[in-house]
Amino acid sequence: MNELDFDSPRFTIKKPAVRHDKQGDASDAERGAAALQAFMKDMTRSAATYMESCIRCGHCAEACHFYVTSGDPQFTPIWKLEPFRQAWKREAGPLSFLYKTFERRKPVDAEQLRQWQELLYDSCTMCGRCTLACPMGIDIAGLVAQARHGMFAAGLVPHELWAVAERAEREGSPLGATPRVLKERIEWLSDEHEVDIALDRPQADVLVTLSSIELMKYPKSLVALARILNRLGVSWTFRSDGYEATNFGLFSGNLDWQRDMSLRIVNAAIASGAKTLVLPECGHAYGALRWQGANMYGKPLPFRVLHISEFLAEAVRDGRLALKPMRESITFHDPCQVSRRGGATGAPREVLAALGAELREMPPAGDANWCCGGGGGVVTLHRADEHRHRAFEIKMRQVETTRAERLATSCSNCRLTFDDGQAHYKWDQKMESLLEVVAEQLTD
Amino acid sequence: MGLLEFARGPALAFSVAVLVVGLAWRLYGIFRRPARADYSEPRRHDVAAGGVRAIFAKMLPPRGVKVRGPSMVNAYAYHIGLALVVFAFAPHIAFIQRTTGLAWRALPDAVIYVAAGVTIVGLTIALLARLGDPVLRLLSGFDDYFSWFVTMLPLITGMALLPGPAQPVHVAIHLLSLELLLIWLPFGKLAHAALVFVSRWRTGADFRRKGAAV
Repeated sequence: MNELDFDSPRFTIKKPAVRHDKQGDASDAERGAAALQAFMKDMTRSAATYMESCIRCGHCAEACHFYVTSGDPQFTPIWKLEPFRQAWKREAGPLSFLYKTFERRKPVDAEQLRQWQELLYDSCTMCGRCTLACPMGIDIAGLVAQARHGMFAAGLVPHELWAVAERAEREGSPLGATPRVLKERIEWLSDEHEVDIALDRPQADVLVTLSSIELMKYPKSLVALARILNRLGVSWTFRSDGYEATNFGLFSGNLDWQRDMSLRIVNAAIASGAKTLVLPECGHAYGALRWQGANMYGKPLPFRVLHISEFLAEAVRDGRLALKPMRESITFHDPCQVSRRGGATGAPREVLAALGAELREMPPAGDANWCCGGGGGVVTLHRADEHRHRAFEIKMRQVETTRAERLATSCSNCRLTFDDGQAHYKWDQKMESLLEVVAEQLTD
Repeated sequence: MGLLEFARGPALAFSVAVLVVGLAWRLYGIFRRPARADYSEPRRHDVAAGGVRAIFAKMLPPRGVKVRGPSMVNAYAYHIGLALVVFAFAPHIAFIQRTTGLAWRALPDAVIYVAAGVTIVGLTIALLARLGDPVLRLLSGFDDYFSWFVTMLPLITGMALLPGPAQPVHVAIHLLSLELLLIWLPFGKLAHAALVFVSRWRTGADFRRKGAAV
């Protein structure tokens, strides 16, 4: 019914002939009540601080790629949170008695949430650039993730995102990368590339994970990873009971699914006695496990969590990874959840410095870098293509300004978005994986 | 009791009480909410320093992110202008001294007149932007316009006193307009005078823990 599409540059489900952007058969009143209940659960001290602090200055608009490329005021980041803010002001805020008395705010209702679906899902990648711009420091991206919990509770998730999230919960992967597919692909890649790819070793110091985008579209990433790990001589493995690091529970707004997806990996790491969990080239996987994984587990994790770029940076810093120098210039696209929101902006730059690459930074780069437009699940949504492609024009301009010979990132979702943007605009640049670039430069 | 005595006495006491109790209630409304435990391994432990840094760092335009330049310059202008008018004008310092016993050196009147002029022009530009800019128009509601009004009113009633000598009724109107501002402040966006510290600190501390940018 929701067949996967592996023929186009962007992997998601095939464009639905009839969209089902609501789930279940609850009445509008029930949907509104469910959303409100979920919103209230997320009204923590941080959310309350932010809800009370907005001065309606509009600075966040200029930081948002969807606003900047459309000029549509609805895409102003803080406006995307209006139902959440409304719920706070009317139901839980310190002045809620006034709002209720004078009916200044309507209760959250399903009709409004249906209108806001486009704002909370199609036109927000949760990239957090708006948070940088906000003079009050409001973490708008974090609040959008919370507002999505209410949308999921109301059964108002966009068709494609719900379909891939449900598949991920049911099969263990949003793109059909089931344990059987994983095993077959690893066998094929091992034979084809004559590399030992460890799977289901009972004990290992390092548990590595992957994004199913890598497994299904960029399998050479796995080969690159195996070559590097084998060269380092570490004890490592993939595990078929915990390999998929993407977390569509997080994107769709279902905390239970997010927890299930995180715990599969956490439990696999514990079972293998791993001291280090290495996350793949995937931005949101980093946020989901590095910063939210322990909270899903309910206590501190008994192992370290590193993004692959951090793992590589550590290896070059310790002098364990010898690399041949690169001769070309390169520009690096920062995945928002790893750099700006994850705090690992320096890691890929350490790796590129070890490669001796001439790094040509985009204007702006690092923490202020523009998002590719495909994060937050946006790349899965056919109906968001127009917004996403418009936003991608910023990326093309950024990359072209550098005149770098090569272009790399450390997020397969960004890479997928770049591939789709490249095909859409018939652009002559090709996004590469930092991991694969490093593997190419391993000394003989 | 004359109008001036009323403005200087019970009205002032009432407005200050509303300001203090209102702001305390607003902050209580935030801090009574549950805080979620964060079990992730911190990248950095100096979270308080991150919070304090964010309070100051957010006074400057963010690096690498384009902001609404003219509106930011204007915001600096009327915030600084307003601070000078309120806290550096000799008659205001005298009033504060009478009320609290605290005093400091005033700036020359000419500087204050320029500051008042800049503030009034700045606030007028801000209002025009709010009415004309599609983003700001969409975001704006009663709070935004009423907060603007109660900020502008004491400036106008104060400017009306300048030709001097001040009539008691005019002084009373000026004081009452200030008291209206104090009464409204905890209930609307003007509370950012206090919330700015809470909000920036929150993000600064949380993001410092992750080593992320603010």
